[in-house]
Amino acid sequence: MADTIRVRIVADQIGQLIRSLAHRDYAIFGPAVKDGAIVYDRIEEIGDLPRGLTDHQEAGRYSLVPRQDQALFGYVLGPQSWKKYFHPARVKLFDARNDDGVFQILPNTASPARPVALLGVRACELAAIAMQDRVLQNGPYADRIYAARRAGAFLVAVQCTQSAPTCFCHSMGTGPAVAAGTADITLTEMDVASDHWFLAEAGTDRGAEVLSELSFAPATDTQCRAADEAVALARTGQRRHLDTAGLRDLLIENFEHPRWDEVARRCLVCANCTMVCPTCFCTDIEDASDVSGTHAERWRRWDSCFTTSFSYIHGGSVRTSPKARYRQWITHKLATWIDQFGTPGCVGCGRCITWCPAGIDITEEAQALRGTVNHGNTES
Amino acid sequence: MEIQSLENIIAEHPFFAKLDPAHIGLLVGCASNVRFEPGKYIFREGEEANHFYLIRQGRVSVEISPPQRRPIVVDTLDEGEILGWSWLVPPYQWRFHARAVDSTRAIALDGKCLREKCESNKELGYELLKRFSQIVGGRLDATRLQLLDLYAAH
Amino acid sequence: MRPVPWVVRQVTKETPDTFTLVLDPPKGARGRFTPGQFSMLWVCGVGELPISISGDPTRPESLTYTVRSVGAATQSLVTRQAGQTVGVRGPFGKGWPIEAAKGRDIIVAAGGIGLAPLRPVIYHVLANRSHYGRLTVLYGARNPRDILFRKELAAWAKLPDTQVFSTVDYGGVSWRGHVGVVTTLFKMLRLRPVLTTAMVCGPEIMMRVVARELLARGLSGDQLFLSMERNMKCAIGLCGHCQWGPHFVCKDGPVFPFSQIAPLLDRYEL
Repeated sequence: MADTIRVRIVADQIGQLIRSLAHRDYAIFGPAVKDGAIVYDRIEEIGDLPRGLTDHQEAGRYSLVPRQDQALFGYVLGPQSWKKYFHPARVKLFDARNDDGVFQILPNTASPARPVALLGVRACELAAIAMQDRVLQNGPYADRIYAARRAGAFLVAVQCTQSAPTCFCHSMGTGPAVAAGTADITLTEMDVASDHWFLAEAGTDRGAEVLSELSFAPATDTQCRAADEAVALARTGQRRHLDTAGLRDLLIENFEHPRWDEVARRCLVCANCTMVCPTCFCTDIEDASDVSGTHAERWRRWDSCFTTSFSYIHGGSVRTSPKARYRQWITHKLATWIDQFGTPGCVGCGRCITWCPAGIDITEEAQALRGTVNHGNTES
Repeated sequence: MEIQSLENIIAEHPFFAKLDPAHIGLLVGCASNVRFEPGKYIFREGEEANHFYLIRQGRVSVEISPPQRRPIVVDTLDEGEILGWSWLVPPYQWRFHARAVDSTRAIALDGKCLREKCESNKELGYELLKRFSQIVGGRLDATRLQLLDLYAAH
Repeated sequence: MRPVPWVVRQVTKETPDTFTLVLDPPKGARGRFTPGQFSMLWVCGVGELPISISGDPTRPESLTYTVRSVGAATQSLVTRQAGQTVGVRGPFGKGWPIEAAKGRDIIVAAGGIGLAPLRPVIYHVLANRSHYGRLTVLYGARNPRDILFRKELAAWAKLPDTQVFSTVDYGGVSWRGHVGVVTTLFKMLRLRPVLTTAMVCGPEIMMRVVARELLARGLSGDQLFLSMERNMKCAIGLCGHCQWGPHFVCKDGPVFPFSQIAPLLDRYEL
């Protein structure tokens, strides 16, 4: 990889970026508007991007509203994370034939999926992808479905220049700045109201190759500084914080704490937080067969530790109370994940806060265990 | 000779370890050798409880009889163990049957005699209660586990 | 991780609800495993279950599983006919510390179906008799007809340096053996705590009380091993279901040293 060069591209060059990626036969996914939210979907041209829209987020609240400018990435985060592309919500494992109790697994006839290019990956999401890499493909056993989809994926990051009130990536050390070399290309969207341009930087050789196909000018020091300052502003604008000092022990030692009963009174055990979480990886297996029993299928789908069946063992489920299930989720995310994988399993994206119908706030719950609740949603 | 061997057996039994020799003497005064053939009931539920037994050889089952079924064995006691504590607490009645599974030899201690001795000798009474509370506690623990029916299919 | 078809050689009824399946491998495969490991057994179209291997580790020409029929999936497993197939994934997990326990006395303490994952330890010790000290088997069952591997227990009891104590929670009058929960067997034990490694498997409460008894008798928590059960699904630490505190029971266990898991054992709904 040559020296990192930061270049300036005009906003329209995002269209050329999409064409360059398509030319390389990537299936391109990025932000698009659907059902009143920004979701990740197929992107074929620059017009598919959510130009001039932003999101308003608070605990339990999300709305999409127009901006006064033409920003292409002027929102923060939608409900979905990129995990749906590498770790699909539902995937068939195999088909099998069953003849009088003798089974045979049928060869997989599906053609392998094209490598994906993800456009608009936030710093926290890059961190989430790295976490899922560690869980699902870097351990003693690799999930082959994940590894196959993840291999060759092209990542175009877009740094945040604004934070939602639910964001706390700075606390978790994952953003808003994209760490060098973690994406193929890193973009920073600038001057959206006037001469709209992007600062672009390649993080890999192939990123540099794609970038070289765009019209660009070397970025001046002033432009680079302006982009860095915009990202810094997103950082300093974060209102929610999660104190990570001694976080693991805090949760482990407070296994019995009145706060669990308190949060359980609000928690609907709906599992939304686990579905929107970009690092939650749990899955369940479904076996199905036709009426005659000769054709069977095995599927894998996302599961959640908020269901009672999740912890089922002979004789009943281990975690039946909502209290135990909430405690399991947050303790895994912030404490036992550290034992298992070396870091907390939370990137600070705040989706679980926004998409909780009861507005339960992971930062507030962690803080409550410290004995002092600092309401993150209070204006200071 | 018989008295001498009884005294040795009682004095060396772990249940009576560290008991004052004078107290051992009192116990020996209430002790006798007994023997039960296989199948023979040592006592039955509801009978007056006036003894306890140090099992020297064999196996004793503790049973209860439901009206419509064959008796259920809830516990067995083997060599070295103590059978019976109902002699110690009112109303001095056996709660279960005790039956010799194998040919069983034991030392029977006359509880009625001991109760009187304990009344007049509080120190002996305390020493015995200390020991029997361990027996009762252990059986209570075991009973609780038994009631959990841990191996049931659920 | 696709199930590999193994062929049912025979299904034997052990007790009214427990059956032993012997599976023959597909061409070229062998059934190697460490005592204490489990496999995922799949009945096509029905479901998959974690089942401990209960057979002889010195005989990899087949795989043996002992299954208690308690639901639809286990019922479909134990009603397989000879010649039909069962999908096998595995073996998985960390087994009993048979290598580290060389030269030591072995206590095997089992409750109910918990004898199944311990039987391979007994086979292993008996096949390598000079490598181990005394072997003591403590076994508790619900009642006399639920005693697993009854003939083998009797045969092991006759071997030198081997003691077998069985008990039932409740007996009938025709039962001449011991009655009382498994912990009541400890009074018969002549334990050399410093020289002993204990391996315990049964319902969690049973393991906890057995552990308490062994520790009270001077056994070290590092030499006491329990086999834990949680909801193993993928069996390779990827699906999350079997998490127990920081552990994935499927890959970090199922066998754990007591000293490692002691703080977790009494945590309700952990």
